[in-house]
Amino acid sequence: MREFLDMSGYAAYVWPSVGLTLAVLLANVYWARRLVRSAQAEARRRLASGAQS
Amino acid sequence: MSWAWFHRFASPPYFYSLTLRLAPWLGWPAGLLIVGGLYGGLVLAPPDYQQSDAFRIVYVHAPAAWVSLMSYSLMAFAAAVGLIWRMKVAHAVAAACAPVGASITAVCLVTGMLWGQPMWGTYWAWDPRLVFELVLLFFFLGYMGLRSAIDDVSRADRASAVLAVVGVVNVPIVHFSVTWWNSLHQAPSVMRMQEAAMPASMLVPLLMSFLGFTLYFYAVMLVRARAEVLRRDRGGSWVRDVLAARGKAA
Repeated sequence: MREFLDMSGYAAYVWPSVGLTLAVLLANVYWARRLVRSAQAEARRRLASGAQS
Repeated sequence: MSWAWFHRFASPPYFYSLTLRLAPWLGWPAGLLIVGGLYGGLVLAPPDYQQSDAFRIVYVHAPAAWVSLMSYSLMAFAAAVGLIWRMKVAHAVAAACAPVGASITAVCLVTGMLWGQPMWGTYWAWDPRLVFELVLLFFFLGYMGLRSAIDDVSRADRASAVLAVVGVVNVPIVHFSVTWWNSLHQAPSVMRMQEAAMPASMLVPLLMSFLGFTLYFYAVMLVRARAEVLRRDRGGSWVRDVLAARGKAA
């Protein structure tokens, strides 16, 4: 296990690469969902204000 | 040949429901392929005879590089379709490509630097491959900056589409840079005419990673495109139906 984590001395390059990539992939999923929620909320507000006038 | 499919794609309600149905079928296989590819690449594959375990960065770097070029090409294509046929859905797709493509391009650059330091002895070199990949990132950022500078959505669509289309000349330059110039960057090991330059135990996880990243991009892009379509078609009666259906489901 220690040998695996050490990556023959390249741990300082391999693990940050993998970690950064996974972090960005997950962040993109979160940002995309947040964008949909905000677009839906905005559309709802528009429909509501349109119905009143 | 019938153009009915083209008109259907151009219909915001059809596109909206399509993305709703399609995204999970792309996203879950993408997640499984990426996890499986990383397990195969980081754990199962043997170390490289020249680069030892440092070569394992390829399992995130190369798929990211592929997605950076694919996402820009798709963005430029969608922008061109939007310009030519004045199609709102196409502009929505182009706008959805940019933030995902930009972040993956940044991942490609940073993982490349983390691979360059142990192999070349430097994080950065003014090398054609590296410089044109950086230019690709600048085109993505310029596209997003231009969009956010224009308040009116349809004007932002048209102006940014021109920029996206102009920037597409950079895509083949990035791809062929290692062939055209004497680059520090190694030549491609997978996408070439002869057989791939690695054993199956290295190649299979890499291909899983490529496919996983590709499906992932389409899944996230379609979710973003759903929001972009909604933003462009607030007045449509289908918006009311979609939001009502969504409210009931939640």
